[in-house]
Amino acid sequence: MGEQILNVTGLSMHFGGIHAVDQVDLDINQGEIVALIGPNGAGKTTFFNCLTGIYNPTFGDITLHRSGKKPARLNGLKPNQVTTKGMARTFQNIRLFHNMTVLENVMIGRHCRTSSFIAGAIFRTKHNRREENEIIEKSYSILEKVGLEKYVNDHASNLSYGAQRRLEIARALATDPFLLLLDEPAAGMNPQETKQLDELICRIRDDGLAILLIEHDMKLVMSISDRIFVMDYGKKIAQGTPLEVRENPAVIKAYLGE
Amino acid sequence: MISLEEFKRSFKVALWFMFLTFPLLVIKVNPIERTVLWKWENMAFVGIGAFILSVLIRAFFIQKERSRNSSKNKRRFGYIGDEPLVQFILREPKYLYPLSGGVLIFALLFPALFDTYQTNIMTTALMYVVLGLGLNIVVGLAGLLDLGYVAFYLVGAYSYALLNYHFDIGFWMALPIGAMLAALFGIVLGFPVLRLRGDYLAIVTLGFGEIIRLVMENWNAFSHGPSGISNIPRPGFFGMDLSLDSAILYIYYLVVALVIITIFVVNRLQDSRLGRAWIALREDEIACQAMGIDKTKTKLTAFALGATWAGLVGVIFAAKTTFINPASFTFLESAIILSIVVLGGMGSILGVIFGALVLILLPEYLRVFSEYRMLAFGGILVVMMVFRPQGLIANVRRTYQFKKSTKGGDS
Ligand SMILES: Nc1ncnc2c1ncn2[C@@H]1O[C@H](COP(=O)(O)OP(=O)(O)OP(=O)(O)O)[C@@H](O)[C@H]1O
Ligand SMILES: [Mg+2]
Repeated sequence: MGEQILNVTGLSMHFGGIHAVDQVDLDINQGEIVALIGPNGAGKTTFFNCLTGIYNPTFGDITLHRSGKKPARLNGLKPNQVTTKGMARTFQNIRLFHNMTVLENVMIGRHCRTSSFIAGAIFRTKHNRREENEIIEKSYSILEKVGLEKYVNDHASNLSYGAQRRLEIARALATDPFLLLLDEPAAGMNPQETKQLDELICRIRDDGLAILLIEHDMKLVMSISDRIFVMDYGKKIAQGTPLEVRENPAVIKAYLGE
Repeated sequence: MISLEEFKRSFKVALWFMFLTFPLLVIKVNPIERTVLWKWENMAFVGIGAFILSVLIRAFFIQKERSRNSSKNKRRFGYIGDEPLVQFILREPKYLYPLSGGVLIFALLFPALFDTYQTNIMTTALMYVVLGLGLNIVVGLAGLLDLGYVAFYLVGAYSYALLNYHFDIGFWMALPIGAMLAALFGIVLGFPVLRLRGDYLAIVTLGFGEIIRLVMENWNAFSHGPSGISNIPRPGFFGMDLSLDSAILYIYYLVVALVIITIFVVNRLQDSRLGRAWIALREDEIACQAMGIDKTKTKLTAFALGATWAGLVGVIFAAKTTFINPASFTFLESAIILSIVVLGGMGSILGVIFGALVLILLPEYLRVFSEYRMLAFGGILVVMMVFRPQGLIANVRRTYQFKKSTKGGDS
């Protein structure tokens, strides 16, 4: 296992009196698949939103460790800054750009890695055209990787549910992340699609990315995760390998009730 | 289509406004003569104005929603109904090039074919084409409902008028300065409204537009107040002073050139990295930011680029009329420009051009109705929104079509 890349300590997110996330610690190592599980309303999505800058956490620290760079604190950064730092996410409720084509959706992901601006757009300089071609080539190769290349020119809204989830992953990959945050990627998928997703996530990991995954599909979680964190009522109640978590009495209680 | 329900709601809004403004606008007490004047016509204006505005805002949201769902509609109803002939022509260079060539030749020959009066009207209409295309960047592409666009037009016009008055700066110098000042104002006004959306954004921008005009009306020392600035020179032609007729001709060709440049630039912006970011921002702000797009920068760029065109046209307006005062920059002006965009078809360049020509030329040629212009305006708007809520020319967004064999290249 590689070195630590993300370290979260004491993360809390309060909405008025609701402690949606309460003192959660979590860490992710290079090249690891980490799952975050918990019953509905446990605060998993809120935790993601804190990591990715959509919410500014009430307490706690999110620290990024990149080899060769100083540790960077992510609290209070805007979502686009977090993405530029190399953490990309997907959404539980799919948020694609429905009126754009599949390719264009992925091209949006390249935005933060490219630079041409007003003058480039108007004069279409050589540099600008080359950059534009690179965006297209790269986006297409990502589509090939997630297996959506045959829908390249379709509108995103015309894709099946499972394909839309994979397009979200493709779009996130286009931002060149080192950590991919997936919020329930298998929701609404049939068993065959879930199996393909399983393979896709492993392939992404093999490319050297770390993955933090929220998922309710226990079969998927247990089969691909290196480590699992369990949340309930905003608190972290367990962590460990799939085997350890499965046996943990607190986890069983949280899922099955008294 | 706007349903009867929506019109009823707009009607109710109008009634409310009439009721609320009744004491302010209708009852005029004259304390010296101790009489009360009942200005009922003001009430009618408020009613019609509020109704038109309400319909416009509704139309904006319907078109925005429609563009968001257009791909779904296509699947449901098939392509045929959705792709109008114009769109087909636009896609085929075979038809597009000769057609636009023909239009260009007509535009160039226009002053020879018609008299000075007509040329003058055409110049005005073309100025509105540029204004419409500029606002289209903000409203159509970035999806930000801006009701105070006239403020930037004012900035452009006053930049030239004041710079000329104080420092004797010429038209050609003032043109870029006016554009830049307007862009700067776009950014300054854009900052506070970054967080606002939809109706709130509309109301605040409306307020800004009015504030700038009121400042100009009341800050006599700076702007000469309501009496305005006169004797603004027309653009010189390499240092020569032109006769009135040739000046009109000169300005006409200037505006034609500006229209061509605007179409070119807006077209390119649409297909660029920046244009994609605008469209993504319009579709889903949160997803857009999560994909690494700087919302602030992208929105402010839209405001600034939109304002630039208004600034340019403002300078030309000052030079054309040689006299400006704040009365030329009322909210009605913003409403007309927004109507051009919404009636023409949000996001569609051709639609905006048609919208401007129809909305500016029709009233000119229907001078008989001049008293009822507002009414006619509202009437057209309502009828349009019933039968063509997507605008004269619906915007079918051109998407990038990937071809595996050919590397790159735009479709
Ligand atoms: N913006 C907000 N304001 C107030 N409460 C919120 C907000 N966002 C989330 N919550 C609350 O925080 C709690 C956790 O919600 P969250 O969406 O994070 O759960 P989750 O673990 O993702 O659940 P699920 O598995 O159903 O997706 C919920 O009780 C929710 O009502
Ligand atoms: Mg959730």
